[in-house]
Amino acid sequence: MQRIEGVSKLVGRERYVDDLDLGEHLWGATVRSPVPRGRVTDLRFSAEVDWSEFTIVVHTDVPGDNTVFLLEADQPVLVAEEIRHIHEPIVLLAHPSRDAVRRAAKQVDVGVDPADPYFDFRAAPTAGQLQRGDDNVLKRLEINKGDVGAALAAAAHVVEGVYETGAQEHVYLETQGMVAWVEDGVVCIKGSMQCPYYVAKAAERALGLDREHLRVMHAPTGGGFGGKEEFPSIIAIHTALLAMKSGQTVKMIYERTEDMAATTKRHPSRVRHRTGLDGDGCLLAQDIEVILDGGAYQTLSPVVLSRAIIHAAGPYTCDNVRIVGKAMLTNSVPYGAFRGFGAPQSQFANERHMDVVAGRLSLDPVEFRRRNLIKDGDCTATGQVIDDGTDRVGVMELALARADYFDRRAEHRNFNAQHAYLRRGLGLATFFHGAGFTGAGEVHLASRVMVAGLPDGRVEVLTSSTEMGQGSRTVLTQIAAQRLGYAPVDIVIVDPDTHRVPDSGPTVASRTSMVVGRILDDACAALRQRLGDAELRGDALRAAIAAWHRENPGGRLSAEASYRPPPGVQWDEENYRGEAYGAFAWAAYVAEVEVDLRTYTVRCIGFRAVQEIGRVLNETLARGQIQGGVVQGIGWALLEECMLHEGAMVNNQLTNYVIPTSADVPPIDVIFLENPYEEGALGAKGIGELPLDGPAPALANAVADALGVEPNVIPMTPERMMDLIEGTATHD
Amino acid sequence: MTDSRIEISFTLNRRPVTLRVDPRSRLLDLLRYDLGLPGTKEGCGEGECGACTVHLDGVPVNSCLVPAWQVRDRAVLTIEDTAEAAVERMLDAGTTQCGACTPGVVMTARWLEANPRLLERFSARHLMAGNLCRCTGYDGIIDGIEIPVPDREEA
Ligand code: FES
Ligand code: FES
Repeated sequence: MQRIEGVSKLVGRERYVDDLDLGEHLWGATVRSPVPRGRVTDLRFSAEVDWSEFTIVVHTDVPGDNTVFLLEADQPVLVAEEIRHIHEPIVLLAHPSRDAVRRAAKQVDVGVDPADPYFDFRAAPTAGQLQRGDDNVLKRLEINKGDVGAALAAAAHVVEGVYETGAQEHVYLETQGMVAWVEDGVVCIKGSMQCPYYVAKAAERALGLDREHLRVMHAPTGGGFGGKEEFPSIIAIHTALLAMKSGQTVKMIYERTEDMAATTKRHPSRVRHRTGLDGDGCLLAQDIEVILDGGAYQTLSPVVLSRAIIHAAGPYTCDNVRIVGKAMLTNSVPYGAFRGFGAPQSQFANERHMDVVAGRLSLDPVEFRRRNLIKDGDCTATGQVIDDGTDRVGVMELALARADYFDRRAEHRNFNAQHAYLRRGLGLATFFHGAGFTGAGEVHLASRVMVAGLPDGRVEVLTSSTEMGQGSRTVLTQIAAQRLGYAPVDIVIVDPDTHRVPDSGPTVASRTSMVVGRILDDACAALRQRLGDAELRGDALRAAIAAWHRENPGGRLSAEASYRPPPGVQWDEENYRGEAYGAFAWAAYVAEVEVDLRTYTVRCIGFRAVQEIGRVLNETLARGQIQGGVVQGIGWALLEECMLHEGAMVNNQLTNYVIPTSADVPPIDVIFLENPYEEGALGAKGIGELPLDGPAPALANAVADALGVEPNVIPMTPERMMDLIEGTATHD
Repeated sequence: MTDSRIEISFTLNRRPVTLRVDPRSRLLDLLRYDLGLPGTKEGCGEGECGACTVHLDGVPVNSCLVPAWQVRDRAVLTIEDTAEAAVERMLDAGTTQCGACTPGVVMTARWLEANPRLLERFSARHLMAGNLCRCTGYDGIIDGIEIPVPDREEA
């Protein structure tokens, strides 16, 4: 099936938030903190500006709690006094002219009494830098299995390594944007977002409104990747505050520079490994420490940390595992959700480390993985027994075959021996990604989906799942059409609007197809049940729906279903034991690189991505998800460096934050293996985030193969490669 | 306040237009906010992303970098000029995901398809490198372009 809104996007008809025809309206802008830590002493409004033309909002204008509620109420809507990071919002302005309001925002001076900021999350804070407890640890989590100490003591080999990853900016092509207005006493917010109900919950609390008086609507969203998971709550509340104070419609669209400097990024990480092996190269013990920079507020860091540690030991069999995770509170701009959600960081470290271990043992990395990849009947670090019938070694062998791995390696050896300055290499990564919320997360969400039969026989689908490019509208249409025996044109997906659709949970964690799709499945069954015949399909169903409406004029024929946990899923949140996810997707990626010793640049010249994802619901969409995710991963590994100064990105322009272009990447060869997952919609497991986990370690392993160096820090920019090749690397 | 705007005439999507523009305004804003053609997108505002691509006298340009008055007496073609039938191949190839880069991508692709000889000297991957896309990984974009040469060599 073709993407439903595809034509409208291809001919420029899709209307994003900045494209909406609002008539007369104001433009909003934000005045931000100039320092990373301190207290606001005064605000000086320049005499050059006629402020009577502006709507001005400060913290005392926040009618409810001055907090952007998510997990904790720690982040203010607008700074009252204490500044915890640079670019923190302090004053909001609105004016009919976009240019005038943007100029005016630069004419407000914030006076501050600065304090000592804490930036290096890898080093302990000094007394003056303490801001949480006695160590600035935001969240600590631990997984324990077996006896790591004893196993390490008994091991034939112990191999250690330290791995680091940098921040990554989402670069959704559409920047953050929101409009707000007040209509019949209801505050209405519409804009670019992944999770309308997150926005609604945060806005209700900050604006002091109940559900009836706050309405949040999703506008077509130009990319999210996690960057529009939690952040939109902030800009939504800001825009609503300006609309409430001015009584007019207000639009706030971030410029690219503001978006890059002031919004969330992928958490920087440092991971230490200590691994014990027996004489045959089988894993005996994995001792792992994962540290994330959480930034200045909690956002979703505890949950990111959770996913990071659960994936930190990789898809391997090992009886003794200890994983300690810490997220640090610093004075950097808060880090937040980004596709992969911690797993790319911890699996970069693990997959890179597995090659280092194999190297120390003089084992081929492929052979090392054949011996250690998890087999059915074995259990993960949390004690989750894997028994899904997937042949994980087979997934790897297929990737190697697609890449012609062994012959190509031999060719590269020859090439490298002869070429003056180019070196080629191949690298492998085998990894997994748990789909849906962790542990009991889905049970707590208790997501709901509604369907309704319309008088003409068509069926409406009501969910809060948002379309941001990943194809959820199309896939949900497909699922409903298939279940009801309908043509796709007879399924109507309702635009997410908190006054119309039930809460189906956030559009995150690769959960829409697998989890929401499954509930939709149940809702379709409930609709037929309501009509008294569970077998109704196609024309018979249409006729039954039309007949119901004739008998009940003006009535609403709707049916709802909610989340049912798959049987046998047990999760112990206290001890981090049990079934962390209903299902894992499994993958093996092979990257081929060419390093130029004159310029120290690394190019990816070939890429194979093999994954087992349950069932492919839509080949074009699924392939596009993998290809796009892989290229984001290539960018993170090779090009994308957030230059941080005082905790904020200073290369906050697309001119000097470089993401891959079409000329920087090879075609991405994507192969799907299907092993249907009974609890997912039509057998599907989630795939959205999986492709971020594999590219970075595969590329680093390929660089190691090409040069015989140990690239354990990404991004592998020319500067870092020069250090590595010339032997001057200085990372800790 | 005296009106500093200047009157210009040009051809927009094959129709003549005459209007007064602020000499500081960008072609991108003129199209989006004054002429009611919001199909053209802003991704960066500094000539890096290509989301704002339109054709000026048949050549793709970044409309965020073009002062509006510079289109005087010239021909501007925007995404709104694109026929549905012309995008069928792209629809099947997965050229669009979130769609924010798509209008720019389609305008550059249309230029390529109208000038196939370019592909004798440069690969589609190089010719499309001025259009950033964060969603597709580019295969969907390259596959969506009608390339008349026999082998679709992608360097
Ligand atoms: S908006 Fe013009 S190139 Fe990015
Ligand atoms: S489709 Fe989203 S940026 Fe290209």
